[in-house]
Amino acid sequence: MIAAHLPALQIVVPLLAAPLCLLLRRGALAWGLALVVSWATLAMSAMLLSQVLQDGVISYALGDWAAPWGIEYRVDSVNAFVLLIVAAVGAVILPYARRSVAHEIPAEQHSAFYTAFLLCLTGLLGVAITGDAFNLFVFLEISSLSSYVLIALGRDRRALTAAFQYLVMGTIGATFIVIGIGLLYMVTGTLNMADLALRLPPLGPNRTVLVAFAFLTVGASLKLALFPLHIWLPNAYTYAPSAVTGFLAATATKVAVYILLRFFFTVFGFSFYIGALTLQNLLIPLAVLAVLVCSTVAIFQDNIKRMLAYSSLAQIGYMILGIGMATPTGLTAGIVHLFNHAMMKGGLFLALGCVALRVGSVRLESMQGLGRTMPWTMFAFVLGGLSLIGVPLTAGFISKWYLVQAALEQDSWMLAILVLVGSLLSIIYVWRVVEVAYLRPAPPGAAAVREAPLSMLIPTWVLIGASIYFGIDTSLTVGVARQAAIMLMGGTP
Amino acid sequence: MDVPGLFNYWIVIVLMMTGFYVVISRGNLIKKIVGLNIFQTSVFILYISMGKIIGGTAPIVAPGVTVYSNPLPHVLILTAIVVGVATTALGLALIVRIKEAFGTVEESEILQQRDDDA
Repeated sequence: MIAAHLPALQIVVPLLAAPLCLLLRRGALAWGLALVVSWATLAMSAMLLSQVLQDGVISYALGDWAAPWGIEYRVDSVNAFVLLIVAAVGAVILPYARRSVAHEIPAEQHSAFYTAFLLCLTGLLGVAITGDAFNLFVFLEISSLSSYVLIALGRDRRALTAAFQYLVMGTIGATFIVIGIGLLYMVTGTLNMADLALRLPPLGPNRTVLVAFAFLTVGASLKLALFPLHIWLPNAYTYAPSAVTGFLAATATKVAVYILLRFFFTVFGFSFYIGALTLQNLLIPLAVLAVLVCSTVAIFQDNIKRMLAYSSLAQIGYMILGIGMATPTGLTAGIVHLFNHAMMKGGLFLALGCVALRVGSVRLESMQGLGRTMPWTMFAFVLGGLSLIGVPLTAGFISKWYLVQAALEQDSWMLAILVLVGSLLSIIYVWRVVEVAYLRPAPPGAAAVREAPLSMLIPTWVLIGASIYFGIDTSLTVGVARQAAIMLMGGTP
Repeated sequence: MDVPGLFNYWIVIVLMMTGFYVVISRGNLIKKIVGLNIFQTSVFILYISMGKIIGGTAPIVAPGVTVYSNPLPHVLILTAIVVGVATTALGLALIVRIKEAFGTVEESEILQQRDDDA
């Protein structure tokens, strides 16, 4: 009985819990509620994924209004996977958030923090689950508005300007998406994605559809920070509170990549995507530039949080590269990397949050000697770094393996070499941290530093452990991703 | 070009570009928010225009009327207006905080101070 309403509960539970958090006023109570809710959403998303893998696509008519008139929640293997990623990261970060938030945010703002956090979670889950184009925009704005608030809660005053910059660029991106959706409605008279997918192909080559495609692509690219539309991301990640950076890095850009996937492959359809615009000629060069330019910029950063932010931009480049190749293997690589990167970058940012808690700074020079004083934190960082590089037996290797394979299938040696060059660049920036943390002694006269508390170490290690585990056992990640890729490309899994 | 028949859409484009230009070119944060509002308003007009059906009346069932305008885009844009109001409110709230922290709402002066922080 309840199981039939899982798609709605997935959204409604965190949405209703968010204002309750604010009413509870006490930070600890709000945290407790948010924690319970986030674990409940994780359980629900896991049940949804197993249902989808067993029985195929779930369609849920919200309020019993039948699609295409009512809003439909439609769960297939792609978005069930994205739901699981978002819910899992939320559930892992909340236990971590308690100490980290207590350290970085004034006590009177705690309940507001958890409210915004749950709203952001709701919005991201909503974007992933909905089958209605306009509903997607509304959820996107719910998640964006709450993430502007979360970023602005950072201690540094520069967090405010970072949040403002993100607000301006994010709003432009979202407005582009609405324009695109409006143009699609103009020619088809429907907002339901499955219905759009049926009605768009008979229209043939159509200027309005092309313009809609362009607006949606640019809008989603702004949201997912594709080079050169990435200006907002480094500042936002650098100055946001540690827990927020970990959460957003692991989920927000991934959901934006999902929007791109959904519109490209489900709504416009694979043949449109390949035929009407030779979009590969646009996406692949941008992805290549993202990998090369952002990895290089990352090498020169002294603020490690900013370094990881630039590294994220490069990793987004890999995802777009996979999607841009538009072959089953390429798409599989993109989707697998979406998951793997969420685990490793989430874990890395959480490890940095531990450093911020004990040392008070995440600049390179303040990490001297941390390999001895905070061994568990720094070892987690090293493992995350190895995964980022793509060393065998880590999740990063799996992504790169499929990416190189996809490139070789198309005989594009240049792209395969590019993936390797990107890995070499990431060795350099990861090594800088390792060298300072392990090979340099702590500066004389520095305050004694203790290991981070267990409540923060365990979530960090859960994500880092996942990025190792899924490098060894790939049956879940690659299996689901391959099924999702085949489905997106119009085949039957 | 059928300018009179597509008058609404020309207005949409002019407003959209005006707003976009203001967001990009102005250094004053308040003016940026104003530009963002103009930009969003253009989209509201785009949606409202597409709901209009020539010869149609307001979508209220009445005897003797067969052609109605499409109410759905109007309802959608009510939602988008609410989102726009929330964005504006949040943007202005951030500007108040920025003014408290930096003592100015001019982007160039803020950037200067930010560089000093770094």
